[in-house]
Amino acid sequence: MKKIKLSKEHKTYIMVIAIYIIVEILMAAGVLSSHIKGLLVPMVYYAIAAVGLNLCVGILGELSIGHAGFMCIGAFSSAIFSNLVKDILPGGIRFLLAFVVGIAFAALFGFLIGIPVLRLNGDYLAIVTLAFGEIIKNVINAVYLGFDGRGLHASFTSASAMGLDAGGTTILNGPMGINGTPRDANFTIAMLVLLITLFIVQNLIKSRDGRAIMSIRDNRIAAESIGIDITRFKILAFTISAAIAGAAGVLFGHNISSLQATSGNFGYNISILILVYVVLGGIGNIRGSVIAAGILYMLPEMLRGLNAYRMLIYSIVLIAMMLFNWAPGARKWRSRVFGRFVRKEAA
Amino acid sequence: MKKKLVSAVMTVVMTAAVLAGCGSKSASSDTFKIGVIGPFTGGAAAYGNAVQWGAKIAVDEINANGGIGGVQIAFQAEDDELDNQKSVNAYNSLKDWGMQFLVGSTTSACSIAVSEESHNDNMFQITPSGSAADCVNYDNVFRVCFSDPAQGAASAEYIGSHGVASKIGIIYDSSDVYSSGITDTFVAEAANQGLEIVSQEAFTADSKTDFSVQIQKAMDGGAELVFLPIYYSEAALILQQANTMGFSPIFFGCDGMDGILGVENFDTSLAEGLMLLTPFSADAKDDLTQNFVKKFQEEHDIVPNQFAADAYDAVYAIKAAAEKADIKPDMSVSDISEAMKGAMVEISVDGLTSSGMKWDASGEPTKEPKAVVISGGVYTLAD
Repeated sequence: MKKIKLSKEHKTYIMVIAIYIIVEILMAAGVLSSHIKGLLVPMVYYAIAAVGLNLCVGILGELSIGHAGFMCIGAFSSAIFSNLVKDILPGGIRFLLAFVVGIAFAALFGFLIGIPVLRLNGDYLAIVTLAFGEIIKNVINAVYLGFDGRGLHASFTSASAMGLDAGGTTILNGPMGINGTPRDANFTIAMLVLLITLFIVQNLIKSRDGRAIMSIRDNRIAAESIGIDITRFKILAFTISAAIAGAAGVLFGHNISSLQATSGNFGYNISILILVYVVLGGIGNIRGSVIAAGILYMLPEMLRGLNAYRMLIYSIVLIAMMLFNWAPGARKWRSRVFGRFVRKEAA
Repeated sequence: MKKKLVSAVMTVVMTAAVLAGCGSKSASSDTFKIGVIGPFTGGAAAYGNAVQWGAKIAVDEINANGGIGGVQIAFQAEDDELDNQKSVNAYNSLKDWGMQFLVGSTTSACSIAVSEESHNDNMFQITPSGSAADCVNYDNVFRVCFSDPAQGAASAEYIGSHGVASKIGIIYDSSDVYSSGITDTFVAEAANQGLEIVSQEAFTADSKTDFSVQIQKAMDGGAELVFLPIYYSEAALILQQANTMGFSPIFFGCDGMDGILGVENFDTSLAEGLMLLTPFSADAKDDLTQNFVKKFQEEHDIVPNQFAADAYDAVYAIKAAAEKADIKPDMSVSDISEAMKGAMVEISVDGLTSSGMKWDASGEPTKEPKAVVISGGVYTLAD
């Protein structure tokens, strides 16, 4: 039989498609509980965000802990759009346009923030992105946005200060967020977005631009000396990374009808959570990010049976997984135990 | 290489099979199933735990007395960590368990998110403490506590009609639905009551440790009363910081203030004279309250707060309505919800948080607010 040589990228696509098919079969067979069904879309959007962040952290080599802020922009801009047009446009086109809006806004802000921020390196960059993420969340919490016959109205004080006409609706109600967004997101669309994201990121890495980006990561001075435009490639990678986080945000915003910019949704804790997915899955390892996001999102929900102990056990599992994956001793032990196994299979 | 791929696929299949095994428990038809959702871990755990324990006591009492119309109640509580999405996850998890009545969610934002789901499923939902106006947008959702608008208006009315003060400073949490909701209606009603708002200063969930600026503004404005429509943990800090700044107006809070005496390392003498509008006071002398407080303390070593009382009343409201509508456990969730909608507006419940509580079809309760003053380190009813 002819040996098929599968590249790393292809295996990632096959893994995602296989998971999709299996889940769809299980759903059709009715064995998936509604609890699990409710977890599928969040799991996928965190995986998308992790892939996006991996582009920034693993490929570009710049630590960002503000990606929840870009998710926030994607979620809110697209949810506002969907609420504005929900009576005018049919579901499919509306959601497609919502993606365009959410991704465009996240990319725009990624670009604008990237210009000053990417002059910095390492820790400094991390701190500034953290601050930007928080600013985005707090600004959204302060804005009131309404719509009536005369157009859009905005206020920074209260919903009543907008002076809406009688038939007007408040869309973004400050800290109370957006209510009544149509729930357009589903597992199929989410998986499709994940596949497109993987396609974009993996092809970018393999391309000439990708090699330029990685050369900046590996040695900035050498890269500059061979004529690579550092600023341009840094901003390119950062903007794409922000746009992907925005796409994850669009799914977030359309998977739950009541959306608020709370710390639990888009705070720096969530930025760090996404970073944990990236680090645990392996920095620069795109497939690892998807797997880590899937497992780590599901884990605390799977542990519901343990009641009060579950957050404790979740933390312990996190530490154990990190050691198992990356501690030198554990890696040696792994290759000793499983190494034999793999070699036999390969033969 | 191909074998490796096969093994990878097998792993995925097996994992999926394990995940699938977690769900789909069949519903038994000889018990009623009541689910509770709230934050049992994290910063707001005090509220979620109060709700779950309060509801549990009511369930145990009802079961000991023969259940709802002779049918025993099964009880399950799920954590939402104060997160909308997790709250929906918890709801789905309870649905798999076979829940027929939902007592929850504990907090407003989570309750709104869950009500979208329960409305789709037409599941009967009664939130003990989700006070935001939007919590009861749907006809299948009822609540036990006052709504935020009602609390804000009632506070302003109480201050105005009892002549407590005329110059008011407000410190509120603009990032919190509960706090900003009360503030909005308080300000609106204050104008009708002839109260003067001398300062209205906000903080957010991310900057809730230093309140000196907000307190200074209230001081500069000459506030006689500072209205704190916030939760007790921040209020405790405000009281401490106001004390060190030598500012001692009357402090006035809403139901979120309940629990301030239980804050660790808090000098309770600072709370002396603090007024709060709450439907429940643990030192009330009636048998029902005394009995509940005793049981609660036996099991959990702390004095129950208003959240526990709301949850307790929620379970009894379910019992009253279910018996009124003659609901049987083998009815579908949707049928139960339809019957409950009709029965809820007909019942009257004598609960911990009010006697003769009634509901209208919008889901709002009718009950009397009580003002409580802290004196001598305990809550006492104000006139």
